[in-house]
Amino acid sequence: MRRILQLQVPARVEHIAIARLVVSSAASWRRELADDRIDDLKLAVSEACTNAVEANEANNPEAPVTVEVFEDDDCLEIHVSDQGGGFDPGQLSPHPPVTDPQRLNFERGLGIPLIRTLVDDVRFEPSDKGTTVCLALYGGPAEPDASIDLTADA
Amino acid sequence: MELGLEVDESRAPFTVLAVKGEVDVYTAPRLREKLVELVSQGKLKVVVDLEGVDFLDSTGLGVLVGGLKRLRSHDGDLQLVCTQPRIYKVFEITGLTKVFAIHDSVDAAVAG
Repeated sequence: MRRILQLQVPARVEHIAIARLVVSSAASWRRELADDRIDDLKLAVSEACTNAVEANEANNPEAPVTVEVFEDDDCLEIHVSDQGGGFDPGQLSPHPPVTDPQRLNFERGLGIPLIRTLVDDVRFEPSDKGTTVCLALYGGPAEPDASIDLTADA
Repeated sequence: MELGLEVDESRAPFTVLAVKGEVDVYTAPRLREKLVELVSQGKLKVVVDLEGVDFLDSTGLGVLVGGLKRLRSHDGDLQLVCTQPRIYKVFEITGLTKVFAIHDSVDAAVAG
């Protein structure tokens, strides 16, 4: 896959909006994706960035969060990398069913279930510094005249 | 990034809180503070109007769940107004359409 965009943002919550805006704008320029799929990607990227910022805040607050966008003919892939020391999504406990009154005691923990639903594929890859969340959306590239060169390292 | 929070008291006994802008991990604490403030003022029938919301993430959902819990613990209630597919979808995916009463207008919410 070819990297078309790299963005590093300080690990602070006020910067997440710009990360999701940049990625969703790049996706809409580069790929033949319906508007609701772009909205799905925007939310998934935001959730991944939120988790990354919180991981860094807890472990390495001066380290940035890195967002990279890759593409090939079939797929757009977004990698969100933290330096928070690692995370095992398999250790997450499920919420009670929505019909259970205890459900109201769970205000957090919705982000990863949302990510899993919103994109076509998600991987959680450990690195020596933290975790990279890889979000994939399938679908072809946009028409050539709609593409914009985003190859510069932002 | 601004989050608009406008309180309308003209629909007594309901208090309508119109939210405008993007609700995410950065702005959601302001929504939480406003809901806590309404409860502390004894305003226990709250309608949160999400029609002006452009973006809602899991933190925003969590704040609404917390608001519902807080209001119910005071024998109150929190209802939502939401017709935008991109916002409603977030409630659907998480199953929260079964937790919240979600209406298509403020009129419908206060009539319910």
